[in-house]
Amino acid sequence: MDEALKHELGRQGVIATTMQELYNWSRRSSLWPLNFGLACCAIEMIATTMARYDLARFGAEVFRPSPRQADLMIVSGTITKKMAPQIVRLYNQMPEPKYVISMGACAISGGPFKQGYNVLKGIDRYIPVDIYIPGCPPRPEALLEGFIELQKKIDGQPLTGDDRPRHLNAAEPSEFLIPKFGEHDLEPSKNPAVWHPPLINISLADNDESGIA
Amino acid sequence: MNLESLKPEIEANVPGCRLEIISNPSPSAQHSLLIDSEHALAIAIFLRDAPHLRFDYCSNVTGIDWPAPTPAPSKAKETGDAIEEDVENAEALATGHLEVVYHLYSMELKHGPVILRMRTQDRSTRVHLPSLISVWRSVDFQEREVFDLFGVIFDGHPDLRRLLMWDEFTDFPMRRDYVEPDDYEYEPTAHDKVLLKTMQHQGGTA
Amino acid sequence: MSALAEFPSAAHLTPSADGDSQLLEVSMGPQHPSTHGVFRMDVVLDGETVVKLKPIFGYLHRNHEKIAEDETYLGSMPYTDRLDYFCSLTNNWAYALAVETLAGIQVPERAQYLRIITAELTRLQNHASLVGFLMQDMGASGTPLMYAFREREKILDLFEALTGARMMCNYMRFGGCRVDLPAGWLEQAKQVVAAFPRFLDEYETLLVSNEIIMARTQGVGVLSRELAINAGITGPVLRACGVNYDLRKVDKYGIYDRFSFRIPLGDHGDVYDRYMLRLLEMRESIKILEQAMRDLPEGPFTDPKTKVRNFRPKPGEAYGRIEAPKGELGFYLISDGTPNPYRYRVRPPSLINLTVLEDMCLGRNVADVVIILGSIDIVMGEVDR
Repeated sequence: MDEALKHELGRQGVIATTMQELYNWSRRSSLWPLNFGLACCAIEMIATTMARYDLARFGAEVFRPSPRQADLMIVSGTITKKMAPQIVRLYNQMPEPKYVISMGACAISGGPFKQGYNVLKGIDRYIPVDIYIPGCPPRPEALLEGFIELQKKIDGQPLTGDDRPRHLNAAEPSEFLIPKFGEHDLEPSKNPAVWHPPLINISLADNDESGIA
Repeated sequence: MNLESLKPEIEANVPGCRLEIISNPSPSAQHSLLIDSEHALAIAIFLRDAPHLRFDYCSNVTGIDWPAPTPAPSKAKETGDAIEEDVENAEALATGHLEVVYHLYSMELKHGPVILRMRTQDRSTRVHLPSLISVWRSVDFQEREVFDLFGVIFDGHPDLRRLLMWDEFTDFPMRRDYVEPDDYEYEPTAHDKVLLKTMQHQGGTA
Repeated sequence: MSALAEFPSAAHLTPSADGDSQLLEVSMGPQHPSTHGVFRMDVVLDGETVVKLKPIFGYLHRNHEKIAEDETYLGSMPYTDRLDYFCSLTNNWAYALAVETLAGIQVPERAQYLRIITAELTRLQNHASLVGFLMQDMGASGTPLMYAFREREKILDLFEALTGARMMCNYMRFGGCRVDLPAGWLEQAKQVVAAFPRFLDEYETLLVSNEIIMARTQGVGVLSRELAINAGITGPVLRACGVNYDLRKVDKYGIYDRFSFRIPLGDHGDVYDRYMLRLLEMRESIKILEQAMRDLPEGPFTDPKTKVRNFRPKPGEAYGRIEAPKGELGFYLISDGTPNPYRYRVRPPSLINLTVLEDMCLGRNVADVVIILGSIDIVMGEVDR
């Protein structure tokens, strides 16, 4: 529809929109996060919900304690292998449409504790992540920006077609494999359907003289 | 707390015990007392109840791994699969020992610390030490942690389970010879160990 | 006399089911809005009464001690921030103190004052947040916590101006501090400290005369003196039982013996005492801060003789401890002459204070378990390391 006409109608009190815009606007304006904090980033998440950097004005009005009532899981803090099955289980219990924000360096890739026998190097090994927020811990403003990015992403999701989101596509899974505790490590150590190890250019790294042991 | 005067006092009150003062060469001058495991409980009760000592507060329990001093020929530890201790390594390192260190203070008389050490006989089978939980409740979780991470078995502990790792875990991660499970680590500019691991995963140059 | 016989823990007792009552085993956590982090408790209930309680940790075990064996001494300093992530500056101080004890490093005067100022500010914001979390746990969802976090934000602004980060400050070095105060910091800090007593008065009226809080916290979670000492409890939980043991007065680390402040003690050892004690401790911290900011001398802020690169202390060991807001935080280091420590151990106050959780909760309701856990003041980063 012509933008000028839309604007003119709007001034007369008539709102013209598309189903997609309306649907996405209502979803992104009331994303309710799951009350889920693991470590230090959780404190910054709590600080974001407090009076100074109020997250509620963006729609995250209440943090729901139960996963059945939440749309968004902000994974904030280091994910240990002992905790990973519970996180995947919680994610499976959330109803569609659901989103995951990976907040902090630890949730993205293990963070400063990467060389850990008990640290899972990124939650995206088991569940699909929508937004990554780097930082250790990210400032509350960074979390707000990540939240707004998620809102923009939701705005752009079409209702039909091949790149429609997961919850409108019957072929896509909404529950993911829960790892089990093995003798030395989790089994399986990653979910191949969700995560592919990123390739690096080893030949370039080979020429790096800064110390190969 | 002067260990030179404390040692003969303990020897007088707990007959048969074998003590040794381990001196600390650093400027901290916190010397410790090596006690034998047979009389550990009696020594602990004496230290706690003697009216001029009254060490009623056990502050810290630490486990330490001392592998055998002679270095074993380096087996390739950076293999692709997660083997924690192959048989040859186990035999070479079996002559080391594990050590547990207790820091004692007195809340009533406000002195301290007195540092006690107990050693196991080796790192594989003879790893039993008496639990001091019947003397100080504060060692409850800490002894469980030493069991979890080092493998020292405390006789007399009512609930010796793993504390930090999951129950099905079979290794003792804080030991010096623990090999971590092989996990792909992504770094944009990989170097050193991470580069070696990445090359094994990706199989040569990209 | 066996400590187990005198203070039996129910860990090995099997609950007996009589007649027609059924026992229910509930797993509280690890994801739960009221458990202060990823902490799990397996609670066995007879109706609403707690019969047995088993805490389960390890959900945040990040093997900090193993990483420290690969890092240099200074390289572990940022990791100490992440132990008790509310109070990063006191963690830094405890570690710096342990290394200074190990290597015999002297700290100049100005650095000592700076350390005390930052540590007491940390204590203020930790206790304020904790009282806010208590109210949240008791059901006043959000608003009292917002009051506490409002004050906390003011203090975090000070930390950010001084150290560059709100939470993970990484400020202490072996022999002093990393940077000196920027211009205008001291005036801003004095303003923040001058405005704090008014906030404390506000909070105290909320706590002291509120019927709900009094009914829910008085007589709940009582801890006896003897059990507290035997179980190694330290910090406000111990002092609420009436034991006068505060490391600032006992060890006199830093230059605490130059400041005049009192140690509040509790009478009953219940949850109400622990919270009132923290409010009183905040007032004492304000006294220390006023004195320290008034007497701050000029001079170097770090020891010029200590090497930063290739720092190798002599072989030996040391145990250094401070009075962190949660209790006694100690670091035990063994050095073998190399740049990396041979053994690095953290003595976590939160883990040791949890030893008596079961004893305090037996016979109470499930709702009290949450309150008692909150009053112990645990942070999982410290419990699991």
